[in-house]
Amino acid sequence: MNPLAVVREAGRSLGANKLRTGLTMLGMVIGVAAVVLMLAVGTGAQNQVNRAVGSMGSNLLVILSGSTSAGTLRMGSGNAPTLTTGDAEAIARLPAVQAVAPTFPGGAQLAYGVNNWGTQVLGVTPEYLSVRDWPVEAGDPISETDVRSSTRVALLGATVVEKLFDTEDPVGKTIRIRGQPFQVIGVLKKKGQSLDGRDQDDSVLVPITTAQGKLFGNRFPGTVRFMFVQAVSQAATATAEHEITLLLRQRHRIQPDADDDFTVRNLTQAAEAASATARILSLMLGAIGSISLVVGGIGIMNIMLVSVTERTREIGIRMAIGARRRDVLLQFLLEALMICIVGGLVGIALGVAGAFAVGKAMQIEVAFSASVMLVAFAVSAATGIFFGFWPARRAAGLRPVEALRYE
Amino acid sequence: MAGRFIEVEGLGKQYEAAAPGTPPALQGVTLAIGQGEFVAVMGPSGSGKSTFMNIVGLLDTPTAGAYRLNGKDVAGLSTDELAHVRNRVFGFVFQGFNLLKRISAAENVALPMVYSGTGGAERRRRAQELLAKVGLGAYGDALPARLSGGQQQRVAIARALANHPQLILADEPTGNLDTQTSNEIMDFLTSLNRETGVTILLVTHENDIAQYARRLIRFKDGRVVHDGPVTREPQPAAREKVAP
Repeated sequence: MNPLAVVREAGRSLGANKLRTGLTMLGMVIGVAAVVLMLAVGTGAQNQVNRAVGSMGSNLLVILSGSTSAGTLRMGSGNAPTLTTGDAEAIARLPAVQAVAPTFPGGAQLAYGVNNWGTQVLGVTPEYLSVRDWPVEAGDPISETDVRSSTRVALLGATVVEKLFDTEDPVGKTIRIRGQPFQVIGVLKKKGQSLDGRDQDDSVLVPITTAQGKLFGNRFPGTVRFMFVQAVSQAATATAEHEITLLLRQRHRIQPDADDDFTVRNLTQAAEAASATARILSLMLGAIGSISLVVGGIGIMNIMLVSVTERTREIGIRMAIGARRRDVLLQFLLEALMICIVGGLVGIALGVAGAFAVGKAMQIEVAFSASVMLVAFAVSAATGIFFGFWPARRAAGLRPVEALRYE
Repeated sequence: MAGRFIEVEGLGKQYEAAAPGTPPALQGVTLAIGQGEFVAVMGPSGSGKSTFMNIVGLLDTPTAGAYRLNGKDVAGLSTDELAHVRNRVFGFVFQGFNLLKRISAAENVALPMVYSGTGGAERRRRAQELLAKVGLGAYGDALPARLSGGQQQRVAIARALANHPQLILADEPTGNLDTQTSNEIMDFLTSLNRETGVTILLVTHENDIAQYARRLIRFKDGRVVHDGPVTREPQPAAREKVAP
């Protein structure tokens, strides 16, 4: 029996009972589609979290100034004017530190033409953009010169641009911040939500000296509210944390038994926790998908068993008219294989389409990986073939007279 | 007597599942069948006639004795070689027709040629030729369920003839058919035997049907109790017809 004839015989046999073939295929389709869909959603969520984490900047620490207390009233962190630009410069020289971005934030009302918008204004140094991994989309970044001469220039976040300018190009225009004219020198690339869901694009960057001196008038010149510190590597974040604490205690002349007047937070830990959560979510969805795959596999096995048993007589007839054992085996193997290939492909298509639909309907990100599809496909195929092959082997092993007598 | 087509010697069959003390289904059967013979095998239910048939057709194996086909002992054949003999040398016609229900009449007829490696075009041509020969030239595309019992049995005969067999094994071929259709089928087999010289081994429990053969072998309790030419009897056989 030539190979082509075997393939055609298997195809004809499948086509002859469309309901049975369809049902067997359905198990395969659902299993593969579930895995593809679940993992697409899981991977999408993971990517989303990873991007939010990445948008924070990498290997970051944040230093907050200490709390003040007035009598028994204790204010929160960041209220005491204990961190200075001098501290920032000293920290920048530590070996484990890549860059420091001292920041002086404040709330302000912005106006352009008839539009106005209240937002957060951050006084920053040029390092801020690299530390936060936040590129300028159009125009120029804030320069050292801007900081030295506290110029009234501003970089706008995407949301602010949208609120103030509609479709107009903001670069080169003059806006008012707290009534003071600022020239827009650039627009920041859209960054999206932060891990805690804040819109990071709803902010304006100005030179830190401008914020300290001209915008938010400061009783303690040279102080900053907080600093972002970028360590040289992920592994160096802990060292950096330690070095900064030692340095600041020394610079602030804190007695050995006294509390720090600042707080150092390692943001990589938070990022890691968020990534881990996303990974677990993805794994869980994958597990649910795999269960459907197993259930689908059991479905295939059931139908295969039934179909082979039901066709024992057919096998007998085929053997009586000259089919060898291997012809019978090959036919069933091919039938299982065809079901698996077609079912697997349909399942992948359905899973991808379903993931897109879910992504669209629920406004979430979905992502696909070829390896996942391949594994889902391979597992179902293996299940189908194994459970199709095994009963066929049994039937082919019968004496023809027994198979023929089977009712 | 070397060179005879089919020779069995001391053939016996004891089913493993049979209750202890039951006599064997077949014992000590020794006979020979030559090319071109038309043999009817008769006997009541449980006489061993079907077991004999299955062993001769290589669908089952004996537990005792020897079976030589064209002088060659079949005990030494592998399962693949047995399949090859069933495919090329034998053609089966069963009581229940045993057509594959889900493929057309022509595809059923072509099936043995699929296993003998005949090309697709040649298979279709020969299937059509055989269907025309059994008078069903117009029914090639029909599914077996659409055909009458007599038509289905003709399809089965056409299938049995596909690879030019030397022996047709017909196990109660008319068992499910009415008298007129039975006679048509038997007329066809008779003319086949006469014109092509194909050997026919026919199992039946109906005297009328056995009358078509030229030689009659009777089985009882697993043994051959009669072996001789068919004697034309008048009609008392009608009584035996209702016996199981």
